[in-house]
Amino acid sequence: MPTIVVEVMPKAELLDPQGKAVAGALARLGRSQINGVRVGKRFEIEVDGPADDAILAEVAALADEVLANLVIEDVISVHFAGADGFGLDASLDFATGNVTSDTSAAAAGATSTETAQQLDDEISEGLA
Amino acid sequence: MGTNSGLDGYGSRPSIDVERAAGSGSGSFSGEGAGAGIRVGVVTFPGSLDDRDAARAVRMVGAEAVPLWHGTHDLEGVDAIILPGGFSYGDYLRAGAIASLSPIMAEVVDAAESGVPVLGICNGFQMLTEAHLLPGGLIRNDHGAFICRDQRLRVENTSTAWSNAFADGAEITIPLKNGEGGFIASADEIARLEGEGHVVFRYLEVNPNGSMNDIAGITNARGNVVGLMPHPEHAVEPGFGPDTRAAMRSGTDGLALFASALTALLARA
Repeated sequence: MPTIVVEVMPKAELLDPQGKAVAGALARLGRSQINGVRVGKRFEIEVDGPADDAILAEVAALADEVLANLVIEDVISVHFAGADGFGLDASLDFATGNVTSDTSAAAAGATSTETAQQLDDEISEGLA
Repeated sequence: MGTNSGLDGYGSRPSIDVERAAGSGSGSFSGEGAGAGIRVGVVTFPGSLDDRDAARAVRMVGAEAVPLWHGTHDLEGVDAIILPGGFSYGDYLRAGAIASLSPIMAEVVDAAESGVPVLGICNGFQMLTEAHLLPGGLIRNDHGAFICRDQRLRVENTSTAWSNAFADGAEITIPLKNGEGGFIASADEIARLEGEGHVVFRYLEVNPNGSMNDIAGITNARGNVVGLMPHPEHAVEPGFGPDTRAAMRSGTDGLALFASALTALLARA
């Protein structure tokens, strides 16, 4: 079952009081090199059917209408899980812990089936 | 709400004995009786807190309060609508966002667009912005904390359905209590609100939440939809309102909001 990831952030020009509070807490821990934090949201949406552009467009429209309020927030990204360099597909994302709704892997002490090199390659692909 | 068996959120309306819950409803408002025959609906959402207070305020100006339920499509023919304060859906997603998609909101939007007076208080204001009946949005208070205080306001526009009973430029004190009350809008939108006189209430002395231009409440172009963060329904009865110079808890500055709707409706009739 494909998983679509939607990321939403408060508008850059607006104050983000939540991020400010987190930044203050980090500063109190002595992390003086951190001088700003902004807090957003990540939605993981499971869909039926093929992972195609049509469903991506449909979720992108929902993101604009419901998941985000475009007056105060921006939709940063709408993509299939795995397309952001964090894993090849949703099931691998679950295995690596990048998708957090499935806690069974962590409970069983499961580790990633990917090698460190595979993961590095994916991350550099994602960044490219 | 012990009688509410609709735990799935869209279940049956809880039976509320409004009269018994709110007492006699007798008050000192001089206009009592003026609202005879006028029915004002108060919508209860899962997590609404101030629905009964709003209903009581409606009765104190002499109108009939009609409890409405978010999970229906039935406005029961009311003449005006109040979206009350509280924490609908625990402020999940964004404050007011999920409630703004409730079944009854389709009817509320239609009614608002046909000129029915609609008032959104606090969480209700957040719903009105989420439903795009009012511009802008409400974000977390700039200081990051929940705030509860008796707030001084200036009434900037006395021609709306919910502010016509105030004198021009009236200064009033009513309670404010919110965590996400920072009003924001684009620079263009702020300029338009100010230029067209759509700012109805403005914070005086203290800006309690970082709202742009000290904006506490706004209206739409038609003047029938008003949203504000402070709570007029908590300042309607001597003994339970904000302190005044005259006596402790004697403030009833909120009454005029509810009286305004009656004037607006009677003028239209």
